[in-house]
Amino acid sequence: MTDLLLELARIAPESPLAAIAAKRGDVFELTQKTHDAALRPLQPGGLSHGLRAALACRIAALNGDAPFLGHFRGLLDEAKASEDERKIAELSWTGGDDRSRALIRHTDLVASEPKKASGADIRLLCEAGIAEADIVRLSELIAFVSYQIRVVAGLRLLKGAL
Amino acid sequence: MSRIVKDFTSRVPHWHPHVTPVELDKATPAQLDALQVTPSNRKISDYVLVLAHDPETLKQRSPLFNAIMYNRGGMSRAEREMGAVAASRVNHCIYCAAVHAERYNQLSKDETAMAKVLADGAEADLTPRLGAILRFAMKLSECPPAATAEDVTALTQAGLDAEEILDLVLSAALFGWANRLMHTLGEPVAA
Repeated sequence: MTDLLLELARIAPESPLAAIAAKRGDVFELTQKTHDAALRPLQPGGLSHGLRAALACRIAALNGDAPFLGHFRGLLDEAKASEDERKIAELSWTGGDDRSRALIRHTDLVASEPKKASGADIRLLCEAGIAEADIVRLSELIAFVSYQIRVVAGLRLLKGAL
Repeated sequence: MSRIVKDFTSRVPHWHPHVTPVELDKATPAQLDALQVTPSNRKISDYVLVLAHDPETLKQRSPLFNAIMYNRGGMSRAEREMGAVAASRVNHCIYCAAVHAERYNQLSKDETAMAKVLADGAEADLTPRLGAILRFAMKLSECPPAATAEDVTALTQAGLDAEEILDLVLSAALFGWANRLMHTLGEPVAA
């Protein structure tokens, strides 16, 4: 099994931790399926694959996770992301128009300090013209990537302890 | 106007969405499939109906959630609920904290430990095992994740094996996900 999470945690296929993870094989398999549903869905709605990869790059950077950042940069290439989308991948960029500014602001807020989010933040997205279905797609993307990064952070620590 | 619940509690509030839930009668086949709607199962929460706006992730998310929280073996179900509450405490998701505090109390048949967690967070005065679980899960939930090798050593010294620690990682991480939906797409109101 070549699993993205085990690869990013640098866990060798024959190692003791790989054997322990294999007992939770269903979790790793469903995590990969959710990764594909959040990053490269069949029905992307108003959030293109390139935009999703770019926002995921920001989340990886906010979490200080270089291997994940490399992975999501790879997805930017795979999606043939536009120049505007590539700018969004950089934390220093705060957006070129109302829509990208709102998407970036919300991604950074919910990835790094979800406790500070409130109904006012959802209203800001609506005011920037983002459809309700896209607000949910964006939220799942931010939330899922935050989960995935924490699973790998935990695996790295566990690897060091075995 | 209902009152927004701002303090941690084990009394489960209502959840009021900021995004319009999908109407079952207007749901697409993909949404109905992700919702697992059947003639005998039409009672679906507003939260899940909000998530149905993105059926592709919802379809994977529900079985993944069940696998992490209820799979056989490894860490006890009660301790996985503690992992969920630890993340919810950090991310200030009052609703998730209440639901999973209540489940912890039911599974462990004890209310004192969770009352301390809700009141005091990482400072809660717990048994060495529960204290190590709480502190590891809270630190993993920060952004960037702040758990260290010393936190894992505290878990192993408290008697957790690697399978249990993996389950704790998964349950805390899962609530990094759930909290970012529940706390941002709606708010808890007094029941």
